[in-house]
Amino acid sequence: MAERRLLPQDDDQGSLLFKLGTDSPKPRVKFGGMFCNIEGAYENKTLNFESYSPSSARRNPKGRVGDQKDNFSDTSSVGNFCVSQTPPSRTQPPTPLSASPGQTIVYPIGHNRLQNERREGDKLIIKGGKIVNDDQSFYADIYIEDGIIKQIGENLIVPGGVKTVDAYGHIVIPGGIDVNTCLQASHMGMSPADDFYQGTRAALAGGTTMIIDHVVPEPGTTLLSAYEQWRDIADMRSCCDYSLHIDITRWHDGLFEELETLVKDKGVNSFLIFMAYKDQYQSSDSQIYEMFSAMRELGAIAQVHAENGDIVKEEQKKVLDLGITGPEGHVLSHPEEVETEAVYRAITIAKQANCPLYITKVMSKTAADVIAKARKKGMVIYGEPITASLGTDGSHYWSKNWAKAAAFVMSPPLNPDPSTPDYLNSLLSCGDLQVTASAHCTFTTAQKAIGKDNFTLIPEGTNGVEERMSIIWEKAVATGKMDENDFVAVTSTNAAKIFNVYPRKGRIATGSDADLVIWNTKETKTISAKSHNLNVEVNIFEEMECRGFPVIVISQGRIVLDDEKLNVTEGSGRFIPRKAFPDFVFKRIKARGRMADARGVPRGNYDGPVHDVISMTQSVPATPTTRGPSCPGKTPLGPARNLHQSGFTLSGTQMDDHIPRRTSQRIVAPPGGRSNITSLS
Amino acid sequence: MSGYQGKKNIPRITSDRLLIKGANIVNDDQSFHADIYMEDGVIKQIGENLIVPGGVKTIDAHGRMLIPGGIDVHTRFQMPDRGMTAADDFYQGSRAALAGGTTMIIDHVVPEPGVSLIAAFNQWKEWADHKSCCDYSLHVDITEWHGGMREEIEALVKDHGVNSFLVYLAYKDVFQLNDSQMYEVFSAIRDLGAIAQVHAENGDIIAEEQKRILGLGITGPEGHVLSRPEEVEAEAVNRAVTVANQTNCPLYVTKVMSKSAADVIAQTRKKGTVVYGEPISASLGTDGTHYWSKNWAKAAAYVTSPPLSPDPTTPDYLNSLLACGDLQVTGSGHCTFNTSQRAVGKDNFTLIPEGTNGTEERMSIIWDKCVVTGKMDENQFVAVTSTNAAKIFNLYPRKGRIAVGSDADLVLWDPDASKIISAKNHHSAVEYNIFEGIEVRGAPLVVISQGKITLEEGTLHTTEGSGRYITRKPFPDYVYKRIKARSWMAELRGVPRGLYDGPVCEVTVTPKVTTAVTSGKTSPVKSAPQPVRNLHQSGFSLSGAQIDDNVPRRNTQRIVAPPGGRANITTLG
Repeated sequence: MAERRLLPQDDDQGSLLFKLGTDSPKPRVKFGGMFCNIEGAYENKTLNFESYSPSSARRNPKGRVGDQKDNFSDTSSVGNFCVSQTPPSRTQPPTPLSASPGQTIVYPIGHNRLQNERREGDKLIIKGGKIVNDDQSFYADIYIEDGIIKQIGENLIVPGGVKTVDAYGHIVIPGGIDVNTCLQASHMGMSPADDFYQGTRAALAGGTTMIIDHVVPEPGTTLLSAYEQWRDIADMRSCCDYSLHIDITRWHDGLFEELETLVKDKGVNSFLIFMAYKDQYQSSDSQIYEMFSAMRELGAIAQVHAENGDIVKEEQKKVLDLGITGPEGHVLSHPEEVETEAVYRAITIAKQANCPLYITKVMSKTAADVIAKARKKGMVIYGEPITASLGTDGSHYWSKNWAKAAAFVMSPPLNPDPSTPDYLNSLLSCGDLQVTASAHCTFTTAQKAIGKDNFTLIPEGTNGVEERMSIIWEKAVATGKMDENDFVAVTSTNAAKIFNVYPRKGRIATGSDADLVIWNTKETKTISAKSHNLNVEVNIFEEMECRGFPVIVISQGRIVLDDEKLNVTEGSGRFIPRKAFPDFVFKRIKARGRMADARGVPRGNYDGPVHDVISMTQSVPATPTTRGPSCPGKTPLGPARNLHQSGFTLSGTQMDDHIPRRTSQRIVAPPGGRSNITSLS
Repeated sequence: MSGYQGKKNIPRITSDRLLIKGANIVNDDQSFHADIYMEDGVIKQIGENLIVPGGVKTIDAHGRMLIPGGIDVHTRFQMPDRGMTAADDFYQGSRAALAGGTTMIIDHVVPEPGVSLIAAFNQWKEWADHKSCCDYSLHVDITEWHGGMREEIEALVKDHGVNSFLVYLAYKDVFQLNDSQMYEVFSAIRDLGAIAQVHAENGDIIAEEQKRILGLGITGPEGHVLSRPEEVEAEAVNRAVTVANQTNCPLYVTKVMSKSAADVIAQTRKKGTVVYGEPISASLGTDGTHYWSKNWAKAAAYVTSPPLSPDPTTPDYLNSLLACGDLQVTGSGHCTFNTSQRAVGKDNFTLIPEGTNGTEERMSIIWDKCVVTGKMDENQFVAVTSTNAAKIFNLYPRKGRIAVGSDADLVLWDPDASKIISAKNHHSAVEYNIFEGIEVRGAPLVVISQGKITLEEGTLHTTEGSGRYITRKPFPDYVYKRIKARSWMAELRGVPRGLYDGPVCEVTVTPKVTTAVTSGKTSPVKSAPQPVRNLHQSGFSLSGAQIDDNVPRRNTQRIVAPPGGRANITTLG
C-alpha cells in the first residue's frame, strides 16, 4: 500500500508546480471579489479567532490536533487524488479510486490506519473547483493547513508534499451546519439509536461538518451538569465539530444564574423552550416571557418547540378514547393548527420581550406562513424547516406497515398535506425561512414498538442528518427554486450567522475552518436504509433519488469522506463555543431596545374625590390567591418577579448609552403638577 | 305613553295597542313600505289597509325607517369590581339603552370566586328583574373551572335559558383559565349546544408587561394601553380560535378592539371556522390616543380591556370589516365607573376599574360611521345592530326582525337627526362620556319596547322592572347547523393493522414513572389530570346523546311559530 502511494506522490508534486492553476476547465474570475489575487492580501484577512471565543478557559480543543500535526508532518504522503491525470469530468474517477488501496482503509479496520489517513489531511490543496459562498461563486484553488483555510486564489504557492484534491467539475461549498440534532437525549430511558458517533458519522457522510445538538437535562439535574455530561460524551464520541443548545425542561431556582454561566463561560448562546409536552417540559406563557427577557439581556437566542401542549394532551385523550392507537393517532392528535397557534403565541411574547426568536422544526404550511408574516411586520424571527418536512409528508402515518408508520412519528408531526414539502422549500428559497436542520433523533423499530398499543408512547424523532443537504439540493436547487448560493446560505451560512460561529464556519474564506464539501451535481444517488450510515432499519426517505451529493467531505482539514468511503475518527470533534450577542441577530434588537422605551404622561396629582373602597385589601388584583388552586401555573411568581426586576437593571445599562433620552424620561414625576385633572378638557 | 303611572307591581300593560302607519320597514334582508299593528307587545299584522280595532293609538311614520329594536349583546350593568359597583345599574343602563334605540340587552353574569354559577345567575336575575326597563338576557362568565362546574353549566342551559358562556384568557390569577381548561369548557359547551365567548387577551404577558411598565415609573392610564399591546389581543384570539377548532365549538370573540384581532377573525372565517366577532361602541367610535390625555379623569375614562387601540385608523377599519361581514355583531361593553371610582387607581393604572360607556351611543355611532359614509346600507345596519345577534343567540325571529308574531320592539329611526354626544345630556350616571363632542347623524325618533312607546319626542317613558328575562334555547340553528354537520364528518378513523409482532425494546417501568412524578413537581399546572380525564369521558357520552337529540331539536324552533298571523312578510315588498 505504501509503495503504491509513493508513486503518485512524485507525479502530484510535479503537477503542483508545473500545472498550477493552468488547467482549469473554465476561465477563472480574475479579481473575484474579496479574494482577488493580491500579494499579502490574505495575511490581512486572516481572522483572529481568539477574539471570538469566550473568555473561559474551558476552550481546550483537545490539543490533540496540534500534537498530531507535529507528529505527522514529516510523513505526509500523497492521497489518492491524481489531479493531473484525471480528466476534467468527474464521472470516471470512481472506478480507479475505489480500486486504489487507500480506499480499503475503512474505519473499522484499525486505528493506526485511521491515523495515517489523518496525517495526510493536514495540508491539502483543492484544485479546480468552483467555490460557492452564500454571496457569490468563483473559481479558485484552496490551500488548507492545520484545519484552517490558509490561501484562496490562483497559482498558490504552497509547500511541497501537499496532497491535492481534485474538484474539477464540482462545486466546493462550506460544510453544512445541522443546527438541530438530538443524538444523546434519552427518551423514557432509551438512548437514541444514533449516538454522537453514529450520528456525526452520518452527518459527515451527507456533507454536514458541524452539528449543534440539543442538551435535554434529565429531571433533577441542573443545566450545567447536563451540559458537562453532553460535553464529555460528545468529546469522546463526536467525529465532527459540534456545539450545544440547552433545552429548558424544568423551572427551578437558580435557573437564571445557570443561564448566565452558560452564556458567559460555557459558550452557549441558544436555549430552547418547550411549549408542548405538558406535564413534562412545557413552560407557561409567563415563564416563556421571563425566559425571553432573560435571554435578551444575556444576548442569547430563544428557541421554541412550538406546539400547544394543552390542546395536544386533550386531543390525545380524545383520539385514544376513539380507539385509535396506531401512529396515525399521533398526527390526528397534533393537528397543524396547534403548531400554528403556538408559533403565533411565541412570536407575540417575543415581540413583547423584544427577544430574537428561533422556531425549531417548522412542519406545516400555516406555521411557516405565520413566521413569514411576522417577518414582514419586522420581527426578528427565524424558522427552521427540517429534512423530514422538506423531503416527505405525513401521509405515511396511515401506512399499513406499523414499523414504517411509526418511523415517521415526531413532533410536530409531518403534515398529511402532500404539498407541504414543496411549499416549505419555496419559502426557504425566498428567504421567509432561513435555516435548515435535521432534528435527527432516531429510534429503532424495536424501540418505537414500545408504543405499539398506544401511539403516545412511541418515541419521537426521524432521521435526516445524512440526507439533509442532498434533499434540499434535490427539492430546491435541482428544481430551480434557489441557486447554489442560496443553498449554501440555508444549509450553512445563515445558521453560522445566527448562532455566531460566522465566519469561522459557514464560509469559504481565508482564516475560516477547513470544513468543506465537494459537491457533485451531475449524478444521482438513491437514499435507502440499505446504504445509509445509520443504525435504524427504516429510512423515511427510502427510495428518494437526489441529484446532488457530496463526493469529498473535508472536516477540520482532513478528508473524511471520499467517494462513499467514510474515514472518520471517533472523538475528533471539537466543541465550538459561541459568543453571546450575535451581530446578525442582535443589532436590530439592540436598536429597538433603545427606541422602545415607553414613556409616561406628566400629569399633576389627581386631587379629586376618590371612591371609598371598603375592602381595599381584596381589591389588589395580585392578592386573590383563592384562585391559586384553580390556576396553579403561577406559583413560581414570587421568585420570578425578583429576577425580572434584576433584568431591568441590566436593561438600564443598555439604555445608559444615550443619556439625554433617559433624563427626559424621568419627567414622569411631575415637577409642577400644574395641569388640572378634573376639569373637562 | 303612561310610563310612570304604572309602578313595579304592574310590569306589563296588558292591552297595549299601537298602529304605525306609512313606515318604511327595514329588515336585514329587505325594506318595504307597510303599516304595522301591534297588540299585547307582539306584532299582529303587517300590510296595507289593515283592519284594526277602533281607538288605537296611531303613529304616522311619514315614510321614515322602522327598524327592529337594537340588541346590545354585551353590557355589564351593575357589575361588581373589587368592592365597587358599576355606576350604571340595570335601571340607569337599560334606560340609556332605550334612549339610544336598543330594546334588548344581554348582560354578563360575573360570579365571584367561590360563588356557584347558578347562585350568581340568580343574583343577577334578581337585580335585573327589579330594575331593568327593557327585555334582557344573561351570559354567564366562567371565572374558574373545576369538577362540578359542568353540571352547573348543564343546569343553566337546560333550566335557565342561558346559551352562552364567557371564558377569560386575561386577568391572570383572578379569572384566567389556561388552555386545557379552555379546551374542557369548550368541549362541554359544544356538547350542550351553547356558544363559547372569550375575552381574548393573553393574561400572562399582560401581567409581565404591567410589572415592567410600573417598573418604568409609568402609573397613569397610558400604562394600561402600554401594558396591553394589540398583539396580545390578537394572540389570544388566535389561540381561542385554535382551541375552538379542535373542539368543534362555535366561538364568539367579545370586544374586538384592534385591527390585528379583527384580521385574525376574518382570516379564520375564511378558513371556515365558526367564529363571530363583536366590536363595541368604543372601538367603532373612538380610539386610544386619549390615554395620553393630560387630563387624568378623561384618560382614565377610556380604560377598558382590551384597550382602545392607539392607532387612529382603527375605528374606520373595524367599521369596514363590520360592513363586509367579517365582523357580525356589535355590543357596547357598557360598564361605567365614576371618576372617583376610577381614582382608586390614580397612582397605579392596574387598579383603575375597567369599562367604558356606549349602550346609548351604539346605534347612532354605527349609523354615522357606516351608513352615512356609505360603508353599509340600512339593511346591513339592522343586521349588525340586531338581527345577527338575535340569530346567534337564538332569539330570532322573536327579536331582531319585524314580522308578524315577533315582539313589538321597534325603533322609528330618523336618519337626518343630528346631535352632539355629551355627558351633559346623556342618560348614563357617569360624568364622562368617551364620545364627548362627537357629532353623529341618525337617532331614534320613537322607541317601542314590548309594544309600548318608551321614547317619544325626546322624552323617555320607562318603567323600572318592566323588562322581562328572555330565555335562550341551546343549539341555535344559525350557529350549530354547521357544527353538527362537522361533528358527523370529523369522525376520526384508525388504520386497521395486524398486531405488531416484532421485537420490543425493554423499558424498565421506573423511568417513565419518574418522569411523570418529577414533572408533577416541577410544573404545578398539572396537578389534576385524573378528574380532567373523567370529565372528558363523560363529555363524549353526552356528545353521543347530542346526536340523538335530533328529533326534539324541533322544539327549539317553536318560538318561530307565529301565533295568529299567516301573512308572509317577504311577499309584501
